Parts: sequence; C-alpha cells; structure tokens
Amino acid sequence: MAKPIALTHPESLKRPPGPSAFAKDPVNAALTKADKVKLYTQMARIRHFEQRCIRTYQQGKIGGFLHLYVGQEAIAAGTLSVLGKDDHLITGYRDHGHALMVGMDMNSCMAELQGKVTGCSKGKGGSMHYFAPDKNYWGGHGIVGGQAPLGAGIAYALKYKGLKGCCLAYMGDGAVNQGAVHEAYNLAALWDIPVIFVIENNGYSMGTSQERSSAHPGSLAQRAEGYGMDWDLVNGHDLYEVRAKTAAAVKRAHEKSRPTILEIFTYRYFGHSMADPDKTYRDKDEIKDYRENKDPIKLWEKTLLDEGVLDAATIASVNEAAMDEADKAAAFADESPYPEVSDITKDIYWEEDNRGPATNSRGTIIFGD
Amino acid sequence: MPVLSYREAIRAALREELRRDENVVVMGEEVAQFNGAYKVTEGLLKEFGPKRVVDTPISEAGFIGVGIGASMLGIRPVMELMFWSFSYVAFDQIVNNAGNIRYMSGGLINCPIVIRGPANGGTNVGATHSHTPEAILASHPGIKVVCPATPYDAKGLMKAAIRDNDPVYVMENTILYNDKGEVPDEDYVIPLGVADVKREGTDLTIVAHGRAVITSLKAAEILERDHGVSVEVVDLRSIRPLDEETVLASVRKTHRVLLVEENKPFCGVDAQLAYLIQAKAFDDLDAPIGRVSSIDAPQIYSKPLEDIQIPNPDRVVEGALKVLA
Repeated sequence: MAKPIALTHPESLKRPPGPSAFAKDPVNAALTKADKVKLYTQMARIRHFEQRCIRTYQQGKIGGFLHLYVGQEAIAAGTLSVLGKDDHLITGYRDHGHALMVGMDMNSCMAELQGKVTGCSKGKGGSMHYFAPDKNYWGGHGIVGGQAPLGAGIAYALKYKGLKGCCLAYMGDGAVNQGAVHEAYNLAALWDIPVIFVIENNGYSMGTSQERSSAHPGSLAQRAEGYGMDWDLVNGHDLYEVRAKTAAAVKRAHEKSRPTILEIFTYRYFGHSMADPDKTYRDKDEIKDYRENKDPIKLWEKTLLDEGVLDAATIASVNEAAMDEADKAAAFADESPYPEVSDITKDIYWEEDNRGPATNSRGTIIFGD
Repeated sequence: MPVLSYREAIRAALREELRRDENVVVMGEEVAQFNGAYKVTEGLLKEFGPKRVVDTPISEAGFIGVGIGASMLGIRPVMELMFWSFSYVAFDQIVNNAGNIRYMSGGLINCPIVIRGPANGGTNVGATHSHTPEAILASHPGIKVVCPATPYDAKGLMKAAIRDNDPVYVMENTILYNDKGEVPDEDYVIPLGVADVKREGTDLTIVAHGRAVITSLKAAEILERDHGVSVEVVDLRSIRPLDEETVLASVRKTHRVLLVEENKPFCGVDAQLAYLIQAKAFDDLDAPIGRVSSIDAPQIYSKPLEDIQIPNPDRVVEGALKVLA
C-alpha cells in the first residue's frame, strides 16, 4: 500500500494555541461582550448536558446509542452563531450540540434520551434523531452521510422559494466516503445550491483513523475541487476562526448561491458512542493532549479572560447554572411518563393523524395481526 | 369523454397539478429536454420551464434525497425514476429518510413527495430492470404505495398522490403506457385506499393490482366463455393504504378467491391478502385461497419464457380452475 498523503491542517493548528488571528474579522469584531459570554454559556451548557448524559447512561436509563459531542462544542457554537433567520441546518447522529445551540431545551432533549413522551420526538427518535423544524433544525440522522442530500434539498427549497438563506449540512469525517455525500456534492455544485457541507473531522470514523479510511489529495475538503466547489480548512478549537470561516461560506451561499465544503478539525474526548470502550485505536496521551491544550471551551475562556470580558466569578456561575440546568433536565426526564402503547402507531402518516373529509386517504394503513 | 393513453393520463395529472400548485416540481432523469424516457413528461418543460421541470444527472440517491429534503420545507416534488428498479441505489433515502422522518420527529415533519415510474417485468430487459418493489416498500410504515392499472385510475391516483402530505410511491407499467381508456377532462381525484371492482361476478373473486388486473380481466373473459364461470375482478389500486373491506365483501359474495400479482411469491402483496382473508373471512371460504404470481427466479431475459414467468391469462385461468375444482 502506498504511503498515505499527509493531511494538511489549517495554519492556526500548526502552531501552539495562542491569540486568534480571526478576532478582528468583521463577524467577530461585531460581537458585544454579552454575545461573547453567551457563546461561552452555550458551549458550557452543551458540555454539562453531555456529561450529565454520561451519568444517566451509566445509571442504565438511556438505551441504545449515545454519541457525545464533548470536545467539539466550538463547531456547533461557532457555525450556528453566524446564521440568520432563513438559514437552516441538518446533521448526523452526533446531534445534541446543534440541538442545544439552536435553542432546543434541555428537558425535552434529556427526556428523549430516556424514551419519554415529553421528549422532543415524543420518545420516538432517541439520541440520534432530534428535530426542531421551528428552529430550522432538520435533524438528527442516523445513517452516516444520508443527510447530505437532504441538506442540499433544504437549500434547494430555500432557493426555489426565493429566500436568501442557506443550509449547513454537517457530517463526520467517516461520512465523506459515502456515495450519497458525493452525489450531494455534485448536485450542489451543478445546480448552484446554497448548501455548506461541514465536515466535523474528529480524526476517527468510529475506531478507524482517517489515514486508514480516506484517500485524499491533502484534505477531505479538498475533494471539493473535483466538483469545482470552494473549500476551506478550519481550526475547530478556535471559536473566532470557526465563526469567521463559516461566515465567509454563508456569504458565498447568500450572495452567489454557491456551495462550500468546510473541514473543521476537532476532537472527541469520549469513544464513538458510549458502547465504545475506546481502548484499541488511539493513545490515551493523545486524548490528554487535546483535553489539556486544545479544549475549545478552555481556549475561549482564556481568550475572554485576556479580553477582560469574563471573570472568575462569571465562569463559576455560568458553569454552576449549566450543571444545575442539566440536573433539572435529568430529574424532569426521570419523572416524565413513557409513551402509551397506543402512541406507537401515531405520527406515522400525516394523512392518518389528520384524517377527515379533507384528506384523501381511506382504507387500512396501519396493519394488525 | 376523451380517450387517453395511460401515459397521457399521467401527463394530464402532472400538468393539472403543476398548474394548480406552484410548489409542485417534476424532477428526474430525462424528464425535461428529452421529453421523458417514456414520454410521460413530454411537453411539460415547454409549458412550465426549467424551474418546474428539472433534468437530473444519473444520481438517484442524490436527487431523490434532494427531493425529500425540499419536501420537508413544503415543496412537492414529483420524482421520476426511469425504472423503479433504480430505486435500489436510493433505498436509504426512500425508506430511511422519507419513510421515517415523520415518526422519528414525533410528527413534527412530513414529506409530501411523490416518486413515480415503471415497475414491471415483461419487457425483455433482464433481471436488473424488471423489479416490482411494491411489497418491499409497502412493508415499511410511513410509506404509501399505489399501482394504477388503467388510464382513468392513473390520472386520479396521481393527483391524489401529489396532494397527499406523505410520501407516495406510484408504480406504473411500461406495457400499460399505450393502453387507452376514457379519462375525464375535469379535475377528479381517486382517494388512496379505495379498491375498484373492475368486473362483477358471482363464482370467483380475483384480487389483483397493476397490470395483473388487465391480465385477470382477460382471464375472466376466457373463464366465462369457455367454462361458464362468473368472475369478479377486484383491483386494489392502492397497496398501502389497502381497501380491505372491498376485498372481503367480494370474498363473502363469491366464497372463492384467486390472488394474482406480478411479484415473486415470497412475501408478495398476496401473502398479506391471504392472511387477511383467512383471518377475517375464513368461514366464508369454500376452497383454499389460490395464487398466481411470477415464477420464483430473477426475471429471465428470454422473451417467450418471460411471458410465462409473469402471470398471463392462461396461467390465471389454470389457477382459477384449481380454486373452482
């Protein structure tokens, strides 16, 4: 086997963390102190929610898969904080961070994990399938890469309706070899669809490192050149950089109706899911290095301390409030009832849930024994 | 009343719905400039322009996924598959995405998409292009499946499918495209889930869908002429939703049933029907339920053999006589 081509990293990742070169980018210069604290708060809320999920999972209250976002918070916070009212998003199964960032409440998110009727999908979707169309959030998709064409379709609809909006279609680095992703790339470039494909590259597709899974000319995003698309590499540990480079892609989508691929370098601290013992494919020192030296929340905290925006008291109160909110969400989930057996056969068909003289559906559509 | 071909009837439905609702978009391979691989969409590009009638590359998973995504925001895409056999490369989109999103979102999202195209064997093109996936797809809650047999039904069901707020998969048949029948000019809709008694009879009920209805009607004529048997033919029209009552009413009337379909036998639509009939009309049956389906092998290329593999009037007559014995 030929030696794999080394991955190119964004410039800022080649140096030790330091002041961001993107702090003065217009989209960041426009941030007020309150905006900056809010971004810190949002990232802290995501982290404490996820850490509370671990405890609930270990208590045996969450079944199935639980894919944690811990370590990747600056991507959801950075990318989503530059969007406007006609901008939309869709993602894969590591979807909790995006959910909290768009304003889904912790209670319904936590209750969903426990399969409770008060969950955001009434206990019918689970961890991988959060949705909030009222907040332009279209999921939450379990099949790797399957959401990429949907993201292009959402952006297609925005353009069709004459809206100046775009869709961020997130995926992991493990999704980039799926055919559906490449088909979406081609259509987006061919039809001038205002979609931004965001690769959250945490280095591992489950337990397979990127070197063992993806052939590329230097980066995963660079595959865009094969489709005549713009692309960029982003340091996912630097919130200013994520915001600046996302804003440039959003501008391209809004003004030129052109797609972009952004590859955002990040790291997940826990296994692929809670079912992954995380002992076979990466070094403990690697995890330690990221936690200690590149943690996006700690780096943002330091930035804001240096800027005089944050102080120790605020840091403490923000984190305490987030932990308290997560605890209350866990209690809410605990106390919530499960769906009824009769709920199993609801929410399958719109026409069935709204059956009446105005609908065209007749006959049997839910079959019994 | 005007006489239209099955192809023209579908086109009329598309044209009327494109005029009625600006969110309706026709998309697929060769639907626009080429005027349709089977000329179903002929003239639509000229009338409605490239925003409403869109040529796609050969990229089923991609463009069907785009259609599903757009449908979540209220666009009503009518996607043409050149063959339903090609749906297999887009299966994740068709089943996992379109079929599950409403459920997994707890009812927050719905996908008003139509996917249509021919799903049939009998055209001498080999196994890869001859699949009939209605049973496979109808086995997924969240999906609706419609199989029109006549021009009248094709237009009315297509219009219902386009106005429906759920994913509706319409399976047409290339062999039927030139069949002619009376089709009213006016706006009419055939609700999904309503079967149609295409021929009334008293001695035997044949239940069929799609082209198997036409085959069964021919067999019914032979049975009457040569054997003095009065056959009732029930056309399901819609697989899911399913009009169980019309099927059961006919069984209660004739007491004998033959199920005919162009699917292969294993877990075909008729497997579900046979269960239904024995569960709900067991005491009305005077004989075991009979069945004629495609001979259980990948679709054979050789034309004379393929004409035997798919139910033909002779095989249906033979099956009927067994039930009547």
